[in-house]
Amino acid sequence: MSSHDPSNSPSSDPSGLGALGSRARFGHENYINANYGIKSWLLTKDHKRIALLYLASVTVFFILGGIYALTIRLELLTPAGDIVQPMTYNKLFTQHGIIMIFFFLIPSIPAVLGNFLVPLMIGAKDLAFPKLNLLSWYLYLAGALFTIWALLNGGIDTGWTFYTPYSTTFSNTYVVAAGLGIFINGFSSILTGLNFIVTIHTMRAPGMTWFRLPLFIWSHYATSLIMVLGTPVIAITILLVAMERIVHIGIFDPRLGGDPVLFQHFFWFYSHPAVYIMILPSMGVVSELISTHSRKNVFGYSFVAFSSLAIAVFGFLVWGHHLFTSSQSVYAGMIFSFVSFAVAIPSAVKVFNWTATLYKGSISYDTPMLYALGFIGLFTIGGLTGLFLAALGLDVHLTDSYFIVAHFHYIMVGGALMGYLGGLHNWWPKITGRMYPEGWGRFSALVIFVGFNLTFFPQFLLGYMGMPRRYHAYAEEFQVLNVMSTAGASILGFGLLIPGIYFIWSMRYGKFAPANPWAATGLEWRTASPPPTENFFRTPVVTWEAYEYRPMEEMEVIGPDKEQAAQPAHGEATT
Amino acid sequence: MAHAETLDAHDAHRGGDAAATHHASANLAHHFDNLEQQREAGSLGMWLFLVTEIMFFGGLFTGYIIYRAQHPQAFAIASSTLNWKLGAVNTVVLIVSSLTMALAVYFAQMGSRRMQIIFLVATMLLGATFLVVKGFEYADKFEHHHFPGLNFQWNEAVPAGVSTHHIQMFYWIYFAMTGLHALHMIIGIGAMLFLIFYAYRGRYTPEYHAPVELTGLYWHFVDIVWIFLFPLLYLLGAHLTHGGGGH
Repeated sequence: MSSHDPSNSPSSDPSGLGALGSRARFGHENYINANYGIKSWLLTKDHKRIALLYLASVTVFFILGGIYALTIRLELLTPAGDIVQPMTYNKLFTQHGIIMIFFFLIPSIPAVLGNFLVPLMIGAKDLAFPKLNLLSWYLYLAGALFTIWALLNGGIDTGWTFYTPYSTTFSNTYVVAAGLGIFINGFSSILTGLNFIVTIHTMRAPGMTWFRLPLFIWSHYATSLIMVLGTPVIAITILLVAMERIVHIGIFDPRLGGDPVLFQHFFWFYSHPAVYIMILPSMGVVSELISTHSRKNVFGYSFVAFSSLAIAVFGFLVWGHHLFTSSQSVYAGMIFSFVSFAVAIPSAVKVFNWTATLYKGSISYDTPMLYALGFIGLFTIGGLTGLFLAALGLDVHLTDSYFIVAHFHYIMVGGALMGYLGGLHNWWPKITGRMYPEGWGRFSALVIFVGFNLTFFPQFLLGYMGMPRRYHAYAEEFQVLNVMSTAGASILGFGLLIPGIYFIWSMRYGKFAPANPWAATGLEWRTASPPPTENFFRTPVVTWEAYEYRPMEEMEVIGPDKEQAAQPAHGEATT
Repeated sequence: MAHAETLDAHDAHRGGDAAATHHASANLAHHFDNLEQQREAGSLGMWLFLVTEIMFFGGLFTGYIIYRAQHPQAFAIASSTLNWKLGAVNTVVLIVSSLTMALAVYFAQMGSRRMQIIFLVATMLLGATFLVVKGFEYADKFEHHHFPGLNFQWNEAVPAGVSTHHIQMFYWIYFAMTGLHALHMIIGIGAMLFLIFYAYRGRYTPEYHAPVELTGLYWHFVDIVWIFLFPLLYLLGAHLTHGGGGH
């Protein structure tokens, strides 16, 4: 099983990844075929392998969270609560939220694409702390196991927000186990963020100045700041909740002299910035995709770069907009409302700059580009409805309704998930050395876009009409829109299955990818696909600015493939 | 192909570098170019870790400040039961341990194996002293049933308008913060065990002593947390309004 014999035939390789890294086919040693066996993967310190470990584990959790989501939508097909008990329904939406947020969305882009690409994009051999990187994956697993243990023992019903005093006093479910899972997983997130910041500061290749960094790196830098500054606060908060349940000391319990609203402040101090942990990396991905697939320099590079930092900073100052209807002073509410409106400015800067980048570009509608365009549209809707919710008066009407549910799904699914899928398609050739089937890619991107909108747009209307969230039954007049939403969810689920299938298929049967299939300018495309263990055959020296794209017509004359033909095994260090 | 040319030129240059730094490479991880880069990464990483620690303790400090502002009298009453003399002794012990730690780092930089080990051991002993004193303080609280939770008792009279719930909350914050602080000290002492082992084997040289430096940073941070905890928990307001010292 754990043989280290390099002559081990690919088909008997337990990881199933041996086949795509077969040395005979690629003609160069890369990170996949460097060594074989389960142990060489589970004890790896290579950031690229750790990224793949994350990819496998977040996919498992995405499927689990998706099953919960589909069960919720199935229950809501009819007004009566007929499929699950109310208590079961509470557990379903809680577990859907916890799994999707803490075990899928937060690690998805940073831990998978970020882990893989940050060293490659800045020309480093690895992240600054490879052992911490591996440790962070094991912490993620440990946290996940705690949470799964809680689920198997009967689950948890507090909502992913763990509001006190329900979570500390009344809930009879596995709050402590799930909380510990999130606590441990938090350290995984902290270590990843810390690793990225140090890597970006100290490991850049010669000539890779701050303003030559891809915007993907800027957005990951901003994300890492939030991870490092915010996550410890949720960790201590969850620890306090757990202690309160175990030893009955009330720092949040009003009966014991505590204040439950303090919990809400602590919780949202992290959990609002956590939204930006999910969306900022996605914005970084979209900046890359838009410029690559329209062959244009990103319009207003430094504005896009600094808007990431601005979002990270503003993100820490808006948590109070989750407390408009809690006992927060109305003056505090006005300030939080104002600052929440202000977040729209850096977000809009990004949207305008992406649009301006598209202007007069040589746009090719490859799958990654379809996801990027989808992102812009869906994020705009999600962002604008966020302004509705930042308005003090209107929020009172919309709080805890389906309007909120639709809003944050437009940001998290329409934004973060679209970016993740687009990025996965864009860098799949680099990660695996294989192309995914383009036709199926475009088809599934469209199915996902349609399914997503059909699922969540009706929920805006439902929320505006007054349907509250988190109930398993609803009034008759809401049924039509709910049926649309459930139909959309099944289309979305089907659409997501397609990439799941063809990605696995492509690992064995996909066309071999050249070093630079998109003729992109980033450093990661100047090394082989898949990259060698130390990323580059020689340390690259950067003498060019980011995104020096030429229009497609010129590319056809010079041709990326011709350059690769000149250097067949290493497609590296060419322009 | 201009870039390819610069690559080659740089390669020649780097070849020279590599030859110059190769003799120190036993302590150099494969993904760093040189020890300087490795040291820089390690120290930035430790500073960032300390930032996360500030945020971690920050939640508890915020809780303390808010509840202290809401229930000043109850907090003052509870605070006056703490033994400020032992707290002061511990403060001195920790400050001296910071000095010995700094000296250990200094002698690591100087390459003196013997002095480095002596001061690391001294730091460990001072840290252990702190924990023992803290242990006596905790034992006293348990004896008086002042540990928060089901067995909490408060037998003295309280002025009107003061709830024993809030007195208990003070103890909860006290135990949470000092307990978390003590946990950090135990981790620091454990790290020093490793340092002493490797220092004994002569691993740290004037060129490579980053682990000693980083542990030093961590130790100073733990001391500074105590410098904030001591006045907040033991001194602030308590002994002014109530006149008396510890029991």
